Amino acid sequence: MSGLAFAPPRFAVDRAALVARLRAVLPDSALLVEEEALRPYECDGLTAYRQLPLLVTLPENEAQAQAILRVCHELGAPVVPRGAATGLSGGVLPHPDGVVVSLARLKNILAIDPATRTAVVQPGVRNLAVSQAAAPYGLYYAPDPSSQIACTIGGNIAENSGGVHCLKYGLTVHNVLRVRGLTVAGEIVEFGSAAPDAPGYDLLAVVNGSEGLLVLITEATVRLTPKPELAQVALASFADVTRAGEAVAAIIAAGILPAGLEMMDKKATHAVEPFVNAGYDMDAEALLLCESDGTPEEVAEEMARMQAVLAASGATAIRVSQNEAERLKFWAGRKAAFPAVGRITPDYLCMDGTIPRHSVGRMLAAIAGMERRYGLRCANVFHAGDGNLHPLIMYDANQPGELERAQAFGAEILELSVEFGGTITGEHGVGVEKVTQMCAQFTPEELALFERLKRAFDPAGLLNPGKAIPTPARCREYRLARSAADAAPPAGEAY
Amino acid sequence: MDAILNRWCERVRAAHADSRPLSLHGSGSKAFYGQPAAGGGEPFDTREYRGIVAYAPSELVVTARCGTPLAELEAELAARGQMLACEPPHFGPGATVGGMLAAGLSGPRRMQAGAVRDFVLGVRLIDGEGRLLAFGGQVMKNVAGYDVSRLLAGSLGTLALIAEVSLKTLPVSFAELSLQLDMPQREALARLATWNAQPLPISAAAWADDCLWLRLSGAAAALTAATDRLCREAAAAGFPARVADAALANAFWQSLREQTHHFFTAARGASGQSQSLWRLALPPTAPALADGGYGLSDETLIEWGGALRWLRGGDPDAIRTAAAEAGGHATLFRGDAALRAAVGVYAPLPPALAAIHRRVKNAFDPHGVFNPGRLYPDM
Ligand SMILES: Cc1cc2nc3c(=O)[nH]c(=O)nc-3n(C[C@H](O)[C@H](O)[C@H](O)COP(=O)(O)OP(=O)(O)OC[C@H]3O[C@@H](n4cnc5c(N)ncnc54)[C@H](O)[C@@H]3O)c2cc1C
Repeated sequence: MSGLAFAPPRFAVDRAALVARLRAVLPDSALLVEEEALRPYECDGLTAYRQLPLLVTLPENEAQAQAILRVCHELGAPVVPRGAATGLSGGVLPHPDGVVVSLARLKNILAIDPATRTAVVQPGVRNLAVSQAAAPYGLYYAPDPSSQIACTIGGNIAENSGGVHCLKYGLTVHNVLRVRGLTVAGEIVEFGSAAPDAPGYDLLAVVNGSEGLLVLITEATVRLTPKPELAQVALASFADVTRAGEAVAAIIAAGILPAGLEMMDKKATHAVEPFVNAGYDMDAEALLLCESDGTPEEVAEEMARMQAVLAASGATAIRVSQNEAERLKFWAGRKAAFPAVGRITPDYLCMDGTIPRHSVGRMLAAIAGMERRYGLRCANVFHAGDGNLHPLIMYDANQPGELERAQAFGAEILELSVEFGGTITGEHGVGVEKVTQMCAQFTPEELALFERLKRAFDPAGLLNPGKAIPTPARCREYRLARSAADAAPPAGEAY
Repeated sequence: MDAILNRWCERVRAAHADSRPLSLHGSGSKAFYGQPAAGGGEPFDTREYRGIVAYAPSELVVTARCGTPLAELEAELAARGQMLACEPPHFGPGATVGGMLAAGLSGPRRMQAGAVRDFVLGVRLIDGEGRLLAFGGQVMKNVAGYDVSRLLAGSLGTLALIAEVSLKTLPVSFAELSLQLDMPQREALARLATWNAQPLPISAAAWADDCLWLRLSGAAAALTAATDRLCREAAAAGFPARVADAALANAFWQSLREQTHHFFTAARGASGQSQSLWRLALPPTAPALADGGYGLSDETLIEWGGALRWLRGGDPDAIRTAAAEAGGHATLFRGDAALRAAVGVYAPLPPALAAIHRRVKNAFDPHGVFNPGRLYPDM
């Protein structure tokens, strides 16, 4: 299978010296050196990029993590933090001269306090494990990425991950009170606190979504949410996607803030239905999932209001879940959308642009045009309430040229997202995947500020180098290529 | 309008070239807040750049220039049934949107809805070298690049000149009412710890004058159910409980938000001769301050369900130690300039964190042009 090249800045690292120094501070089981042992660490969910690291370390506690960072810092070796590697932008792609620090063994839930509604967890704790541990207290951890069975809190914080409930309950950044971590030099720092704020700059806001480039997270205090007494979801069918998009805007305009507001187009529902038997309407061009939660009285009142708006917006059918099992069944299809699409195509690329809600219809029309132009299919799944789109571009890496076409397709969607006033990534991060498109969204001066901010945390530039922020040279190349393309006569159809 | 920004950029570039400090201000409603600037700095008024740039209620986003009066922005949102859910204090009729973000202060709804920083979606700013830059945007979810926009919340104008900000708006609640439960402080804190863990529609909780005030927001049916339950539980424990008169309740929450409640005005004093006002941000379950063994006064006002405690006067060291011990921090919110200079408005930072702070400041403003010393004396 063809792959893509990762060309980060290189570092002259003496591997033998590094191994010797790490052996001195780590138990044998915490250091992997053989190629065979390193192989499983060569990629994350974005499998088109693969790279073997120099070494992998698996610290069992913060002190070992600190020792690793000190050695790497002293010997000038880059460090790549790694959670569960479910990331979709290549954030944990190893550096060829660097050490992967896997936080998989830091997986203890240190405390759950129902009175303050907080949990203190290590970074390798899985997202769902937090909710499971909080369940006996009637609490849960609200941000719920579809990968929540596997992904870790450390990875969630580093990506500022979202989920289907973040319209009402916020993103990771809204649900993390405190992060404890290590600077690349191995100093312990804490951002935020168990109180509602902390003195000084709100660096906690910057650490969320920092993609492993600023600190190695070793502990976090997260906010827990009381489990609503009841949740109900309405499943609404629409005869065209534009109408479904308008219904989303109408719900918000009516003053309703649904607990979840998701959309799937026909290609997505047709991929999903045989996989999970959610009972979706197979004739609908688009399906909306619209959830209400709260006390039974609240849900009854809000559900009535939602149904009225959906009907007035031209829904051709509306079904409301009658019990918890049915609610979960309706959601199962949405949550399994990625793996379901994975079953009908050898490979796919998952895009992650966010656009203003009112341009959803225009974006879908444009994507339909691109499908014809690139000769590739694309299923669309959205966090509609937030305007966050996940077009899934299907391709076959064994067909020469398809990966490149899929990439160009994706790049066009992202650039259009920026043109519509949105962003190239809503929740999956820039990583290696979208580092070029950063040049479309930001000016060289804005990118330079990002770089200075990185150096404020990591003066040596050793934490996850080559990711998230493009170099000035890369952006110059990008701009040259773009202006050459603009000068050429337009290819294919316009949208 | 861009002519103004061009002029501002030039002015900042010149100040950068001469390493000449500028003192950024809007209406001055929060001039009392922060470290007294040692070297002064040339006043720089942000109010000429004003107006709402875009407001799309169905997108839940409003974009406003820094000099826009906060009152004007809130009136515009209210006309469309929306609000800034962080309920930022104005502290004066002319408070500006830029000042709101720079101060980063939030009001009664903070624990339920979030702080100012939680509603920031994007900014346009001028950095310390006079460059106009944009970060974030108008969409709800955006993880491209570091979250510079939220970082500006509470930066007190020391990182950048905020030119324009996009904020997430929320619909106002369908229904709202407040309860008054007469109970002493320790009982109120204990009740809050229990209720906090439950799915109740409490949108604000404060204790003052031996009364626990709870504001409930949401669907009408939910409020009725919650009112019954909360009043029943309080009454069963022997504490009189009632639904507050709506006008009285609004006035109460407003008096907390704007610090016109007599607890605060008493600190300021009639003669202008004032007591200092301390703001302690704590885990909400922290015990009553007077019980900590640091000799702190039992005269307090509690907001944010226990997470915010106010004290008038007191020994600065004792207050700082007590706050740190309880897992939080203490800010000298109001006090005369000499005291603020002497004890520092904000709790000191540990060395590794302080070093990052100085480098962050340097990344935005290498010549120390913007409000030097307003947050910490050496920044
Ligand atoms: C099927 C599927 C569905 C998904 N659905 C969603 C979704 O709904 N919403 C969403 O937001 N994302 C989704 N994702 C993407 C991914 O799951 C998230 O980005 C997740 O937060 C990554 O967590 P992780 O533990 O796997 O992190 P990793 O992939 O291991 O790492 C991600 C980034 O975090 C950094 N990092 C990890 N741990 C640390 C640490 N301790 N300290 C510092 N940096 C660290 C890494 O260096 C890397 O840059 C999905 C992925 C898959 C495969």
